[in-house]
Amino acid sequence: MSNVLELVDIRKSFGAELVLNHLHLQVPEHTATVLIGASGSGKSTLLRCINLLETIDDGKIYLDGEEISDPLISVDEVRRKLGMVFQSFNLFPHKTVLENITLSPMKVYGKSKDEANTDAMHLLKRFDLSDKADQYPDRLSGGQQQRVAIIRSLAVNPRLLMLDEVTSALDPVLVNEVLSAVRDLKSDGMTMVLATHEMGFATQVADEVCFLESGNILERGTAEQVLHNPQNPKTQEFLKRVHQAGRL
Amino acid sequence: MTERINSAWSPSSREIERRISRRAVSRKQASIAAASSILVLGTLAIIFVTSPGWESVKATFFDIDYGREVFPTVIKGLWINIQLTFIGGAAIGVIALGLALVRTTKSPALTPFRFLATAYVDIFRGAPLILIILLVGFGVPALRLNGIPSNVIFLGTTAVVLTYSAYVAEVIRSGILSIHPSQRAAARSLGLTSGQTMRFVVLPQAIRRVVPPLLNDFVSLLKDTGLVSILGVTDAVRAAQINASRSFNYTPYVVAAILFLLITIPMTRYTDRAIRRRTSAQNSEGAV
Repeated sequence: MSNVLELVDIRKSFGAELVLNHLHLQVPEHTATVLIGASGSGKSTLLRCINLLETIDDGKIYLDGEEISDPLISVDEVRRKLGMVFQSFNLFPHKTVLENITLSPMKVYGKSKDEANTDAMHLLKRFDLSDKADQYPDRLSGGQQQRVAIIRSLAVNPRLLMLDEVTSALDPVLVNEVLSAVRDLKSDGMTMVLATHEMGFATQVADEVCFLESGNILERGTAEQVLHNPQNPKTQEFLKRVHQAGRL
Repeated sequence: MTERINSAWSPSSREIERRISRRAVSRKQASIAAASSILVLGTLAIIFVTSPGWESVKATFFDIDYGREVFPTVIKGLWINIQLTFIGGAAIGVIALGLALVRTTKSPALTPFRFLATAYVDIFRGAPLILIILLVGFGVPALRLNGIPSNVIFLGTTAVVLTYSAYVAEVIRSGILSIHPSQRAAARSLGLTSGQTMRFVVLPQAIRRVVPPLLNDFVSLLKDTGLVSILGVTDAVRAAQINASRSFNYTPYVVAAILFLLITIPMTRYTDRAIRRRTSAQNSEGAV
């Protein structure tokens, strides 16, 4: 199985604060890697670095074997292969659900309007949102908005989908509809990197769980190993706190 | 998802009581408001018309017969102001959008243009409009350049456009900067180039956000077209001035003022409504 994504010795700092340090990660095709860790442990920064929204200070990032941390690479080309779903949805409020989804297929991939609409409706139907196609995002619930955001990033057929705490802004009832959408993607074989606080969900989808602490992966392994039988004292401490908060 | 209102519902007796007492309260408030208005405004009116100078004020500023006489020339002048406002407004929109886009871009190739646009905005936003009108209106013809029209209407409009482009560019730029970076991040991570992101995601939202302040500027523009009268353009202000200086009666100025107000007051009311709508829409949008 080839690696879709490979991170080698990544370092990133914001001013004096070291956010990522000596970080290594491989994401094989059709697998889901789940990043866990406290807020501020570097999960979001890591995803933003992969997406080239942030520039790394050192190390290398490979996408399908090509080094995308090369400053001469076309950032737009790289981003076409990467999907990103944000904690705060970031739908475009001035566009309908359908327009949100078809914008990139039409403008970036040059699809005709009909073709883009057909594909988008197909995805909307699959995620049970057909009736929302012509609504504006602010008329939708948080869970619906986040599912639209997921569809929007799927519409460009990314090689790798990154999900950055996609349920953190949702209430517990809405969390489930989003998580079940992500589970569907997993069973379709989508290669994914997820940052999440939902440990139960991590157990269900993760091929590998990585525990981040101070910009480093302190422990990695299957969900069974990391979440239920952690070896590192810091992982144990973190999971104990998660458990106390009732999230495991 | 919203629950349908049950048509069989009829208000309880307690609710009917509440409605009756609410109506009583609002009736009482309305009569207090009416009484106080009549008292205050009536007193002011009586003071005005019974004051010793009222007759001469009326004769000098509110001479109805004279006002009727000058009305056609003043309204003909106002038509010039309106034309200048719309033609100038279109030119201002195009130039200001260009300036705002140049000032917000990060493209290295446009660095000199960014510098020039900043200098332009600093100069024309900082200098009094009347100076620019004098410089362009009297200065440019003095150069005796070939091919540049010496028509005062054209030169006056050019001066107004130069200045207002700087104002409007700043309004549009502030709109662009007010769009949350997460919108840009979302668009860029969908593969849109920075140009496409600006055109399809940032600019449409930015313009929508700055419509109310732009309407304000449009009202100011209409009023400021009156300044081109110093170049000798026979607009409403100039037409009133000619008549007033002939008769030493200032009613023509009042006529011109009323005509301007007839346009600007509805426009400012409309702008206020647009601002209120915008604010409530933003509040319901939440964090984004």
